Amino acid sequence: MFDRLVDTLRGIGHRVVDRVWRLGFAARFFLQSLACSGDSFRRFPLVIKEIYFTGVLSLIIIMVSALFVGMVLGLQGYNTLQKYGSSEAVGVLVALSLVRELGPVVTALLFAGRAGTAITAEIGLMKATEQLSAMEMMAINPIARVVAPRFWAGVISMPLLASLFSLTGVFGGYLVTVQMIGVDEGAFWSQMQAGVDFREDIVNGIIKSMVFGVACTIIALFEGYEAPPTAEGVSRATTRTVVNSSLAVLGLDFVLTSFMIST
Amino acid sequence: MTDHIVEINALNFAYNDRPLLRSVDMRIPRGKVIAIMGGSGSGKTTLLRLIGGQLKPRSGAVRVDGKVVHDLDSQGIYQMRRKMGMLFQFGALFTDLSVFDNVAFPLREHTDLPESVIRDLVLLKLNAVGLRGARDLMPAELSGGMARRVALARAVALDPMLIMYDEPFAGLDPISMGVIVNLIRKLNDALGATSIVVTHDVHEAFLFVDYVYFVSAGQVVAEGTPKELNASTMPFVHQFVHGEADGPVPFHFAAPDYRKDMLRGAHV
Repeated sequence: MFDRLVDTLRGIGHRVVDRVWRLGFAARFFLQSLACSGDSFRRFPLVIKEIYFTGVLSLIIIMVSALFVGMVLGLQGYNTLQKYGSSEAVGVLVALSLVRELGPVVTALLFAGRAGTAITAEIGLMKATEQLSAMEMMAINPIARVVAPRFWAGVISMPLLASLFSLTGVFGGYLVTVQMIGVDEGAFWSQMQAGVDFREDIVNGIIKSMVFGVACTIIALFEGYEAPPTAEGVSRATTRTVVNSSLAVLGLDFVLTSFMIST
Repeated sequence: MTDHIVEINALNFAYNDRPLLRSVDMRIPRGKVIAIMGGSGSGKTTLLRLIGGQLKPRSGAVRVDGKVVHDLDSQGIYQMRRKMGMLFQFGALFTDLSVFDNVAFPLREHTDLPESVIRDLVLLKLNAVGLRGARDLMPAELSGGMARRVALARAVALDPMLIMYDEPFAGLDPISMGVIVNLIRKLNDALGATSIVVTHDVHEAFLFVDYVYFVSAGQVVAEGTPKELNASTMPFVHQFVHGEADGPVPFHFAAPDYRKDMLRGAHV
């Protein structure tokens, strides 16, 4: 009985220590990526190519999702607000929900699922097929040539995708509430204009999406780079990318929101 | 300048606590083609990675062109690797780049040559391996032998002084194997380079290499010219060269006595 308890505690301790080590490796990997970023800026076409893969190819899923999210927000918002006779405020409700929270958070979650998994699988397979070793043997640092351009592509893409998400979402809300239900168009837009603050809402939303961009991209890159070079290793790494990115985004969102509301 | 491009002295290496190489001594003379042979898991590929500075030994020294590889900082190692080419077991071509871009990759990364010169150099290298016509193909469209040849063209793109081959014949048909054998010898002699070929294909290797090191269980157990080793009566060399199933390297994995084992099964 006592032995089993000790074994269980030892197992928990081992896992905790293992996670802390991994966190340390991830932090070192992040710093290495930053230190090796010079090449990415000197040869910006490398980053642009990756922006195409991570950003442009994610546009469809981001915009379609945003349209539906905006439409649902419009419906739910109208349904609740009309009970209090303030259905014109649905515009500001849709805009604030999207710009402050749903835009950055849902974009980051979709980004982790669409682009993050692709990055992890690609780098994991490059490692498994010795492409990264081949690069090292050619005296080319894989972190500078492969990791850093993808990192900056993710960091640049995320705020742009989140902005497009919010825009498309607002348009979805407009379609449902103004075009379908018949809320006054002037009231919809003017309340939104009056209720959304550039610094407090839009800039904070962009800051959030930049932080999520750093977190999601570095997690995807780290999991791919550290994946065991086997089919099973890469598949597990891909799963970990989605799980860890989602948890990181939701956790960071709480922390960032706390800071933003308290200031 | 010493006569030996690679010198390995009293080298010990272990993965975690599992010793892999023990007291290895080797001399690789300039201009020659050397084979490192041995069974799977005997530490051959690890030796290449130690020479390339991708691993650090536990003790001993690996000197390449007079410099101790593992004493160099990362900048120094990268400087040294520019003079090396390596062919990986399955080519390790970059799958998102065409054949042309794969061969151009080291040239574009390490030189400021204009694109017209890079084009000429790439076509020169591809012509040497007979694949000038395949320049626009993607790696997924190549056969195993063609991929190996493209990787070879990429490995020699910067005219290295040392070319390392990790199992260059693995999984190739006899024609492709013959082509690679010829290329290794011809490229080595044309570039005035030195080649180290890690392989376990005795018959192919003995046709074109100048000197052979046999590695078993992490130690150099025999060395000599192919002619000397063919005539060797040393049990391990004899078993390996003649492909005998049993000998110093046993056919059976360590197991309890066969008869006792079978009888024990009856009592369960």
